[in-house]
Parts: sequence; C-alpha cells; structure tokens
Amino acid sequence: MGDYIVLAISCILINNILLAQFLGNCPFLGTSKKMETATGMAMAVVFVIVLAGIITWVTELYLLKPLDIEFLRTLSFILIVASLVQFVEMFLKKSIPALYTGLGIFLPLITTNCAVLGVCLINIKEEYSFLEMLVSSFSYSVGYGLALVLFAGIRERIILARVPKPLQDTSIGLVTAGMIAICFFAFKGMV
Amino acid sequence: MTEAILFMLGIGGVCGILLSFASKIFYVYEDPRVSLVESNMAGANCGGCGYAGCSAAAQAVVKGEALPSVCIVSGAEGAAKVAAVMGMDPGTAESRQAYSMCDGGVRAANKYHYLGVTSCGAMALVFGGQRDCHVGCLGLGDCVKACNFGALTMGKEGFPVVDENKCVGCGACNKACPKDIIEVKSMSDKLLKFNQINDPLAPCSQTCPAEIDIPQYISHIKNGDYLAAVQTIRMRNPLLLSCGRVCPHPCENDCRRGIADEPVSINQLKRFAADYEMNSGSRVPIKCAPDTGKKVAIIGGGPAGLSCAYFLRRVGHQVTIFESMPELGGMLRYGIPEYRLPKKVLEWEIEGITKLGIETHTNVRFGTDFGLGSLVAAGYDAVFIGIGAWKDHALGIPGDDLKGCFNGIKFLSTVSALVSSGISKGDTSIREKMKLGKRAAVIGGGNTAVDCARTMLRLGLEKVYMVYRRTRKEMPANEVEIVASEHEGIEFVFLAAPSRVVGNENGEVTHLEYLRMELGEPDASGRRRPVPVKGSETLLAVDTIVTAIGQAPDASFKEETSRRISELTLTRWSTIDNNPATLQSSIPYIFTAGDAATGPALVVDAIGGGRRAARSIDLFLKGKKVEPVKDSLQKKRIPESVFKTISGVQPIKRAVMPELPVNRRLDSFVEVDLVLPEDEALKEADRCLKCCRICYNPDKKSA
Ligand SMILES: Cc1cc2nc3c(=O)[nH]c(=O)nc-3n(C[C@H](O)[C@H](O)[C@H](O)COP(=O)(O)OP(=O)(O)OC[C@H]3O[C@@H](n4cnc5c(N)ncnc54)[C@H](O)[C@@H]3O)c2cc1C
Ligand code: SF4
Ligand code: SF4
Repeated sequence: MGDYIVLAISCILINNILLAQFLGNCPFLGTSKKMETATGMAMAVVFVIVLAGIITWVTELYLLKPLDIEFLRTLSFILIVASLVQFVEMFLKKSIPALYTGLGIFLPLITTNCAVLGVCLINIKEEYSFLEMLVSSFSYSVGYGLALVLFAGIRERIILARVPKPLQDTSIGLVTAGMIAICFFAFKGMV
Repeated sequence: MTEAILFMLGIGGVCGILLSFASKIFYVYEDPRVSLVESNMAGANCGGCGYAGCSAAAQAVVKGEALPSVCIVSGAEGAAKVAAVMGMDPGTAESRQAYSMCDGGVRAANKYHYLGVTSCGAMALVFGGQRDCHVGCLGLGDCVKACNFGALTMGKEGFPVVDENKCVGCGACNKACPKDIIEVKSMSDKLLKFNQINDPLAPCSQTCPAEIDIPQYISHIKNGDYLAAVQTIRMRNPLLLSCGRVCPHPCENDCRRGIADEPVSINQLKRFAADYEMNSGSRVPIKCAPDTGKKVAIIGGGPAGLSCAYFLRRVGHQVTIFESMPELGGMLRYGIPEYRLPKKVLEWEIEGITKLGIETHTNVRFGTDFGLGSLVAAGYDAVFIGIGAWKDHALGIPGDDLKGCFNGIKFLSTVSALVSSGISKGDTSIREKMKLGKRAAVIGGGNTAVDCARTMLRLGLEKVYMVYRRTRKEMPANEVEIVASEHEGIEFVFLAAPSRVVGNENGEVTHLEYLRMELGEPDASGRRRPVPVKGSETLLAVDTIVTAIGQAPDASFKEETSRRISELTLTRWSTIDNNPATLQSSIPYIFTAGDAATGPALVVDAIGGGRRAARSIDLFLKGKKVEPVKDSLQKKRIPESVFKTISGVQPIKRAVMPELPVNRRLDSFVEVDLVLPEDEALKEADRCLKCCRICYNPDKKSA
C-alpha cells in the first residue's frame, strides 16, 4: 500500500507530467485562460489517460512483446490513442449526453495531447504491474489537472497586474508556468 | 519484418472497423441541415463569428439563433447559400443584438478608487468593482475590446453604446462582461423578459404590473421622438391608448421624484405618446418573429386575452381569439364607460393588434358554443383562458329582486352595447329602454360602482347616491374617479349597510333601507371593519338600485360535457387555480391570467399576466420545461432602490390633466379627461430623473 502512495505522490507532485516533464504544453497554455475551461479539460484528461493507459498496457503485454516488435510502440500507441478518443467521444454523445456536453470540445483536443502518449510510454518503460500502471496513469493525469487548474487561477488574476505590453498574454503565461515549475521542484526533497 | 507490417495493418484495420461500427451504433440524429450549412461556411474555424468553430455556428443557424450571414469569412455569397439551405431570405432569422442594460455610467457614485486597473474583469475581481451599485457598468470597456466587429464604443456617459448595424449578435461582449450589463438577445427574448432582482431598474418600472421601461419612454418623449416612446411601451403593453386613459398608475406611487416633489405624471405621458401615434394617422409597424407553426387558442378577448395573443403572435405563434360578446375588448368595452374610454379609440387600438395576423371569432361562448374537446381536435397546442370576472355578487337582502334593481356589470354592459349601437346622445331613450327611474342608489365603492353612478348621471337621472359600507378613505375605486364623481354632483352615503329594499304594491322599488355603521377593529386587510349601529335603520327614497359589490369569474363552462375540463381546479372564490409564477393551470396545456385568475384587478395586471402566460406558453410549445423566471421581481421593490430622502431635486409643479368642464359633461358620453398639450408633455418629461436602481440624473442647478 505504502508503495502505491509513494508512487501516487511522486506522479502528482514530484514528476508532474506538465511541470517536471514538460509534456502537454499546448493545451496547457490554450485552455488555461478561464477556470471553467481548465476544470473541463482537467476532467477530460483524467478520463482519457486512464483509459489509454489500460489499453496500451494490454497491447504492449499481449501484442508487441510476444511478437517482438516493440520498435512499433510509439507508432501504434498514437493510432490507439487517436481512435480511442474518437470512440469515447461517440460513446459519450450517445450514452451519457450530460457528460458529453460537459467535456464537449475538450475531447477532440486531447487527441493531440502528448501527455497522454507520454504517460502510456512511461508506464511501459518503468515496467509497471497492472495496478501500478493504474495508479500512475490516474496520478499523472490528476497532476496534470492540478497544474492546469492552479495555472488558470493565476492567469485569471494576472489581469490585475500591470504587465508590460510585449510580455502580455502567452508570454507572461510561459514565465508564470516556469515559476510554478520551480516551485514544484521543491517537492523533489519529499521522497 | 512481415510481422511488423501485418501488425500495423491489423491494428489499423481493427481501429477502423471498430470506429465505423461505433459510428453506426452510437449514431445520434442531427439535423441534416447542420452539416449542409457548415459546408457552406468558410471552414476556417476562426471563431471570428463568436461561436466556437464553424459547426457551432452552423448549429446556431439551424436553431434560428444566428443569421445566415454569421460567417464573416464566406461573405455575402456564403450567406446566400446558407439561406438557401434554410429556405429563407438571408436575414430573416431572428437576429440577436447586443444592448446595454445599465445607463448609469459616469453619473453613478463610486465607493472605491482603483489605481492602475485597465479592465472591467480585473476590477470585478477586487470587491466587485468601484461602483456603489453592485450591478452597474464598470466602464472600462472589456466588451468593447471583445467585439470583433467594432460594434461597441464606450460612450461619453461611461457605458457602452451599440451600433446596431455592425452588431452580428455573436455574444462575445456578453461573455467578456463580468457584470452581465451587455445582454445579447433576440426580439422574442426581449419581449418575454421579466424583471429580475439584479436588473438595473427604476423604482417605477419595478412597480408597474406590466413592467414597462418607463424612464426609457419618457426619455424618448423628452428627445421629441414620440414614436420611439410608443415602441418602447409596446415591448411590454399593447394597450397603451386604453391604459393611458384608465390606469390608476401604481408606478407613480413609487416615483423617486415623489419623495421630494410630486411624482412624474407617468401615465399622462403614456397617453400623450399613444394619442400622438393615433392622431398621426399611421401606425408604427410592429415586427413579428418568423412563424413557428404552433397554434394557440385564446378564450376571452379582454385585456388579458389580447395581451397574451399579442405577445404570442409577435414571437411567431399562430393565435386565434374566441370571444363570447359581439366585439373584443372585455371590460374595456363593456365595463368602462364611453366617457372614460371612447369606443373609437379602443377600436383603433384593438385593430392594431388583430392586424398582426390574429384570427378572431366573436359571439362564441366557451362551454356553450365550443369546448375543450373541439379546440384540441382543431389542432390547438395550448389554450389560454382569460374570461375575466363577469358574475356580479348578489346583494342578498329582502326585496333585491324588485323592479328597478340592477346588477353592476349587467347594467354597464347593457348601456355600453346601446351606446355602441349609436344611441349616444338622447339619454332619455336609453333610460326608457332600460326602465330606469329618476333617483338611484348605487351600492358599492369600487370602480364598477363609481362608473355606474357617473353613467346614470349621463343617462339623465336627477339624483344619484352612492351607498358604501366604509368611508371615503377605504373606497377601492381610482382616486381620480372619486374626485370626478364628487365634481359631477353624486351624493355619497358612507358607513351605510343596505338591509332591505322597500317596494310598492306593483313590485316597484320605492326606498332603500340601510343601517348606519361605525368603524371598529382593523380586520385582516388592515382596514377598520364597519359594525352596524343598532336601531339606526334609515330610509332613502329611490326608485332604481344598482348593486356593484364585487364580481367573480363565471365558471359555468365547467358544466361542459368533456371529462377533461372537470380536471381544471377552481379556488374558493371561483377563480381558476394556477401556479402564480408560471400561470399554468391544473391542466398542463391550459394557462390563465387576468381577472379570471386573480379576481377583479386592474387592466395593467391583466396585461402583465397575459405576457407572463405568453412566456410560459412559449416554453410549453417549444417543449421546454415551464419554469418560473429566476429571481423574478413581480412588483416587489428592490430594497436598495427604496430611498427615504433624495437630493438634487428642485420642486417643479406636476402637469395638471386637462378636463372637460363639468357643465359640458353631463349631457353626453363625450370623453372627460383630455390629453396633455405637447409643450406641457415635454415639460413633464423633463421632470423625470431617469432613475436606475440607485443613481439618477438630478435636476440641473439653475445658475
Ligand atoms: C366598471 C369597471 C371599471 C373598471 N375600471 C378600471 C380602471 O379604471 N382602471 C383599471 O385598471 N381597471 C379597471 N377595471 C378592471 C379591469 O377592467 C379588469 O381588471 C380587466 O378588464 C380584466 O381583464 P381580463 O381580460 O382579465 O377580463 P375581461 O376584461 O373581463 O375580459 C374577459 C373577456 O372574456 C369574455 N368571456 C367571458 N366568458 C367567456 C366564455 N365562456 N367564452 C368566451 N369568452 C368569454 C368576455 O366577454 C370578455 O370579453 C374596471 C372594471 C370594471 C368592471
Ligand atoms: S456587440 Fe457584442 S454581440 Fe455584437 S458583434 Fe460585438 S461582440 Fe458580438
Ligand atoms: S423620476 Fe422618472 S425614472 Fe424616476 S421613478 Fe419617477 S418616473 Fe421613474
């Protein structure tokens, strides 16, 4: 049990997929202008990463490994993630329209989110067991959501500051992101 | 190597097959026009139109929320193609337009001073902005910056001004505004909008049962644009000529100017604008939304029915009015006498409403000539019942059925019918036809009683008494009416309770016997209850008695054979039971308002009720849930806008209503109250402070 908690903490805070590994930056900057959008995106990411984690883990174990074609991992994972997102979108639209309207436009955006692929590849590289893989996928995505929501909160308030013209909007966003990353660096000492 | 190739092919194939199956299984019906419309847009997903991408814009077009010309990239050619898909002219969908709710701007008082803040959004984050008024415009123009079309500018007075020609209704400004000051609405949305607790409203508009934007129309009059004033009033009240004459203007009681000075003569100004339009010889055109294909039956052509029909027609539904009397108008025609509201004026007003394309059937009575079953069979999707309160309460004393006793509504409607049929002067002929005597007593103290008394004077009776249980202070009739009847020589017998009608051997009335009363303890309504004085029987020599002590709706239609109508529940006052917020009755597709639902009230109450019912019916027809308006004000005052004192007001006398001199009134039914002359109206309009929730324009200091 203790191991899983350590794994969760390290995935959420220490190796935060966004702030420590710099994956999934485009949607991070794109959907963090408003808290509402940020929370929507965060939820969609958790949903998709966990699903993608499971499927890719199974693919690796039962297809790529036995056939000895691990060099196709990245390529096939991209295909799988993209189809998965499409599938989930259709499924939700039909079966859970409420969730569909909630996650709405963020689902297709995730297709191009490198954090999803990143987490899947890390799961394989670290040779996680099924349970470990579940914990890590979930925690990484929660870490992503946490960073996104924090960042959106800060960005909403940045309008209060007098930002020099050339630095406005995305530029100041990147600077802020860098500073949050440095803060997260402090978690390194935890484990 | 072959394994790798096979694997990639396999995985690709599996994904493809799964997805194509999924798209079949999880297929959700979407209007095919959406994709057709989308294919005629530029496909750039630029969001320049304000929607989240082309497909969102296409959906908005199909829903009728956006014009075919939304796409700013594909231009006029694209718009024409989209319009062709939708089967309409480019530009006929109900377009949405931005408008600013707050016009406080720089005149509004500030509570904080912010340094270095450059946007409304930022200001709103710190204590909600600098203004005293928590709903007011912050004036830094986030909306102006958000508009991609240059349709907004920050006006001199510190609130945004919309250029209607440039606005495409995308709603970007509304999203940018942290205060919801800029609203983007279609005409239908605006017509069915109700006062809410957080709206920027003047005291008078809060109180008006029809919720007219009073400062707005007065300001149009002040600027000399009388027809714009008429249009503003018509957004809320289609019976402005009638209301301008008979409304007891509850709004004026709450006029902010009235705190330090006399209230603005709001209703006189309404009448001035309405008369201006009528006398100008042409009508201001009234726009209606595109047809929705839904049909509504309106039962009763009184103010409530007319108002409901008018609003439903304007938002695009097909409406038919069914009326039991020979002509439309309800109490406006058959209750309120000619000298207060000339039939010619009423006719002009009603014609303007029916001309919008409202079908009317008169001389057909619900319950007798047609029933609920026939309406449903004829394909009506909803029914509105506005049959008013036409059944007189009986006096219930010995002798009240002798020759010479009449009931108020019956009496007035008979006179009205005779007056309409042309016998307007020769009072004696009506008097003889109706077998009236020379000396009359009217029992009651409401509008109906006063109207009966004043009508009888005009019919040539020599002496008219009004017998009322309480005192003048408690009389529910309009104050102006009471004053006028005093001027015209009606004699009041207060604190008198009729106990017996005395007749002669032919069964004709000779006297009315009454008990004198004293005022006792206040009752539930706060009025002191009259109690009879023992042994104080007094005889009043009269030969005609009219009873006008109140009315109730005539619910005899319930005896109709259809089983369904028996499910319509009534209250114990025999008014139709409804949800007071949505006006929906116990049968979901039946809605009701006006006197039929509230018991005897005012014309404006019926008009406001008709509009509220129209909103609920509109929701019902669109298959939405019939829900009450959120935070609806419903004539309550917003506490922060109630002042005890106000500054910056210099006393200026209120305009006096011109009247016909008494000696010229009594020999005819000519209208008594006259319209303000133009210069007086302009002076009066200038007295208005153009209030909002808490700020207003004080009088300019005369140097
Ligand atoms: C004498 C008098 C004076 C008044 N003075 C004023 C005033 O000065 N100011 C003011 O604001 N208010 C005044 N009122 C009140 C005002 O007239 C009413 O509140 C208002 O007219 C109510 O409108 P309504 O549409 O609900 O009902 P009504 O005006 O009563 O209209 C109901 C309509 O339904 C029709 N109808 C009834 N039964 C049926 C049926 N079974 N089938 C088909 N049609 C039917 C009737 O013929 C009538 O046309 C006065 C009322 C009276 C009686
Ligand atoms: S005023 Fe508002 S609704 Fe109109 S075009 Fe500009 S942003 Fe869009
Ligand atoms: S001064 Fe004008 S806006 Fe203010 S309450 Fe009176 S009529 Fe209404």
